[in-house]
Amino acid sequence: MIRPMWFSTIAGLTALALVACGGGGSAPATSTGGGTPPAGGIDYSSLSGEIRVDGSSTVFPISEAVAEEFSKLAKTRVNVAFSGTGGGFEKFCRGETQISNASRPIRDSELAHCAEQGLDDVLELQIAIDALTVMVNPENEFASCMTAQELNAAFRAGGATRWSEIRPGWPEEEITFYYPGTDSGTFDYFNEAIIQGIDETANHRGDGTASEDDNILAQGIENDRNAIGYFGFAYFQEAGQRLKAVAIDGGDGCVEPTFESALTGSYSPLSRPLFIYTRESFLRDRPEVLGFVKFYLDELDALVTEVGYVTLPVDLLNQQRAKLEPYLGSG
Amino acid sequence: MTAVRPEAPGSDRYQGARERSRRNTLSAASRWFFLTAAALALLVLAVLAYDTISQGAGRLNLQFFTSYPSRFADQAGLRSSLIGSGWVLALTVVMAVPIAVGTAIWIEEFAPDNWFLTVIKLNLANLAGVPSIIYGVLGLAVFVRFAGMGPSILAGSLTLALMILPMTVIAAQEAIRQVPSGIRDGALALGATRWQAVRGQILPVALPGIVTGVILAIARAAGETASLIMIGAFTFIAFDNSRITDDFTTLPIQIYNWTTRPQEAFRANAAAAIIVLMVIVLAFNLIATIVRNRFRRFR
Repeated sequence: MIRPMWFSTIAGLTALALVACGGGGSAPATSTGGGTPPAGGIDYSSLSGEIRVDGSSTVFPISEAVAEEFSKLAKTRVNVAFSGTGGGFEKFCRGETQISNASRPIRDSELAHCAEQGLDDVLELQIAIDALTVMVNPENEFASCMTAQELNAAFRAGGATRWSEIRPGWPEEEITFYYPGTDSGTFDYFNEAIIQGIDETANHRGDGTASEDDNILAQGIENDRNAIGYFGFAYFQEAGQRLKAVAIDGGDGCVEPTFESALTGSYSPLSRPLFIYTRESFLRDRPEVLGFVKFYLDELDALVTEVGYVTLPVDLLNQQRAKLEPYLGSG
Repeated sequence: MTAVRPEAPGSDRYQGARERSRRNTLSAASRWFFLTAAALALLVLAVLAYDTISQGAGRLNLQFFTSYPSRFADQAGLRSSLIGSGWVLALTVVMAVPIAVGTAIWIEEFAPDNWFLTVIKLNLANLAGVPSIIYGVLGLAVFVRFAGMGPSILAGSLTLALMILPMTVIAAQEAIRQVPSGIRDGALALGATRWQAVRGQILPVALPGIVTGVILAIARAAGETASLIMIGAFTFIAFDNSRITDDFTTLPIQIYNWTTRPQEAFRANAAAAIIVLMVIVLAFNLIATIVRNRFRRFR
């Protein structure tokens, strides 16, 4: 009678595993819910259903964190994917997702595309601030502060190939460029803020090393004395400290990339807002979406810093909360 | 007559000895060259394995297998991706293998040798070389959107089944072709129908080869990421899949996600997940070996 014993052992192990998991799920009392009273009268435990979230890989860690906490309270399944800001809107407009993560505001062309498919009630909620950081090799001693114009000269197509072409007096050595892949919101944002924001006819250069993986960019810059590159502020906070961050002069003097300067907006033009998008009709008709979005805004302060972004100033956050008011009252 | 010493320069025997020694040197050199080539492959594997295991071994505890994904690296786990991978792989095999083996048997045993067969064979060879992302695009258009399956387990396994179909057919064809024709002819000569010969004689002999092909295909499907992300497979899933219409995530998607996170601790998670994936693939190989040996004994 070996088989029954095997079975009971397996059953016992499975039960153990389940117990361990249950314990694991509730043990790390992250106390995120503790600070915020359950105002608005939503009983999260009564919510069920399924919410699909897709979009920007920059926003993914925030949505993942919110989904993780939300799933401890509600029975709603929140599934999160990252196919990029543009890919996310494409799915959102087809009605395949309920929430779309975005690292830039939705474009008019995307709104029009949504409207064609009958989605004319798109609602935008700002959830955090992200900052780009321009990095050089630690041995680089001359490039400690650059203006937006100089960045434009460096990263535009057909732009500088030697440091001396960016600013007279800098070495006559060839520069190597590192930047995120063209599908990423980070690339889009840099392109809009630095390249086309300064000269509408200019394009981003394409002859550098492009990668969606920030680790590859950081390694490249670390091993190359004449490298310059940029990536997300969150990455710089975590792993980019061994590189040298370039202060940015947006017109009012050099500003270092810090949480404070991103929050106050003085780190300009390289700090940007992050968004989630949903539909007004979802907030009206689907209590689980309304609950999730409300939970999202309520938990932002704790979760956003945990994953390395900059939280919204209070008045801006309150503006986002106000957008939910009409639906909370009637619900 | 001045006797030439046999080993003296210019003598025939001397020429022969020189030629022999040249060939021996060449033989020895080639032996070392090929040994180095084989050793290099092993060395790369060893370095990779060492690097991964040293990074990830510390994360391999019970919690890692029983937890859902998390923003905290030390609380994140493989639970949903293991279950998702299990569902997707099982369904993929169930759908792909019968069709693949059936196709191979038809091509090798039943098909008339005409232009239709040539077209099919050519197509199979070409399809086996198509990059997986193309199957992802196809899966998104046909299964997810046209058939309205959504980014579900069913759509994912159909996509992977399509992807592994050509290589499985070709492997099964090879295995069937290896069966000595005497076995087939003998069965037919004794009055067996074609199907009886296939079922009773050819399939049992070809089975080990077919199983090897299937295992290789499963290993490829188990590591597939691009096409699944293309059809919209999720990354954060915090429930256990119980139906084929469920949204899902898989092991390689989780690995991909963790390698792109800036925090160092997630890299250890990725390494640990890679170890799990490697063990699973090795287990498949082990099963294949066991099945092969078993059937050899009955032959």
